[in-house]
Amino acid sequence: MTLRRVSVELNGRLVEATVEPRLLLSDFIRHDAGLTGTHVGCEHGVCGACTVQLDGAPVRSCLLFAVQANGRSIRTVESLAAANGDLHPLQQAFHESHALQCGFCTPGFLMTLEAVFRETDVTALADREIRELLAGHLCRCTGYQNIVRAVRLAGERMRA
Amino acid sequence: MKPPPFEYDDPRRLDEALALLAEHGAEAKVLAGGQSLVPLLNFRLARPRRLIDVNGLGELDYLRFENGTLRIGALTRQAALERSSETAQRVPLLTRAVRFVGHPQIRNRGTVGGSVAHADPAAELPAALSALDARYRLRTRSGERVVASEELFLAARTTALAPDELLVEVEVDVPGPATGSAFVEFSRRYGGAALAGAAVLVTLDGSGACERARIGLLAAGPTPVRAREAEVWLRGATIDAATAAEAGARAAAGVTPPGDIHGSSDYRRALVETMVTRALLEAVARA
Repeated sequence: MTLRRVSVELNGRLVEATVEPRLLLSDFIRHDAGLTGTHVGCEHGVCGACTVQLDGAPVRSCLLFAVQANGRSIRTVESLAAANGDLHPLQQAFHESHALQCGFCTPGFLMTLEAVFRETDVTALADREIRELLAGHLCRCTGYQNIVRAVRLAGERMRA
Repeated sequence: MKPPPFEYDDPRRLDEALALLAEHGAEAKVLAGGQSLVPLLNFRLARPRRLIDVNGLGELDYLRFENGTLRIGALTRQAALERSSETAQRVPLLTRAVRFVGHPQIRNRGTVGGSVAHADPAAELPAALSALDARYRLRTRSGERVVASEELFLAARTTALAPDELLVEVEVDVPGPATGSAFVEFSRRYGGAALAGAAVLVTLDGSGACERARIGLLAAGPTPVRAREAEVWLRGATIDAATAAEAGARAAAGVTPPGDIHGSSDYRRALVETMVTRALLEAVARA
């Protein structure tokens, strides 16, 4: 098996490594780049925990190989908070609304939502539409009521 | 789990990909969006010796309308199809169907060609394309052929693609005037696998009767199927609650869906009847 050199822009930083082609992007992010905010749940694309942004679009990092991200830009949950530690408005709203308990699923939710917030005025969406947006993510602690509430709160603040 | 080891090629041009397929096709799998293949690799249900990654073939990523035909490059992302306003206007059945494919994160990566080549009987796009009488362009290093749904889909997750062939394009004729369409499906959870579904096009004649109905079914058998008997029966009929229900019953009588833990064969057949009835009434209201 031939090893490959990959070079990925990860949260604005260039990360290079020599990898097996079968290395999943999720494992590259966690083990090679040392960013453990991206969580691996089901590892077959169903749970949504490993969702990251590939050139701005939310994708499952467990269904991509690291070699496929060569030359591309990846954003993970670590990119959301400011350098001084101030939380992103979405993170702040999740925190205040008790939209997480164990927090395992949260990074995936946040990376999907951050992309939606860039394109959509979330305050104009019905609850049903917000739930559809979140349908690709499983939460097994809190249920979804508080997550929908957090989306509403963040939407109002980010619009203001 | 982690995928088994494989050799990996990432050609940048179609001719390179076809040359690789000519040399290694029998032991290789084509990797497009990977939303079905990579789970199979992670579970080690598939262990190909080699992956030929076609994501570098930008020349296969396009949606083009030419003389009443929509040409979809095989590498077109499902999300691009979903966002195409011209498709929503001219072939809205595809826009309706693609919204049921997985979730947005899956559609950002999954491709139209991959959905066709994977040939999952519960998949939305193959059933919608079957209803649209789509043609599939298959290319090898030495030639090309164009096949219809009935020729392409052989069995569950099995197509007529030869080991050295690559699906490069899907062609759909834009439906004519006075045509309405609908896509309905039933699943346990939003975004989950369909237990039954129907993709329907209805064209009305000058008097408002059905000139032509096309009914594609998903999850009703090993491949996407057309409910031909119901289509013929609807010709000349006025589609209302009674005739739509009769056509639904005829469509259901013609299929034997496989039963499993999520629903018995009888239950799924009953769903087919309901899905077809609903889809016909929705489609005729838009015609």
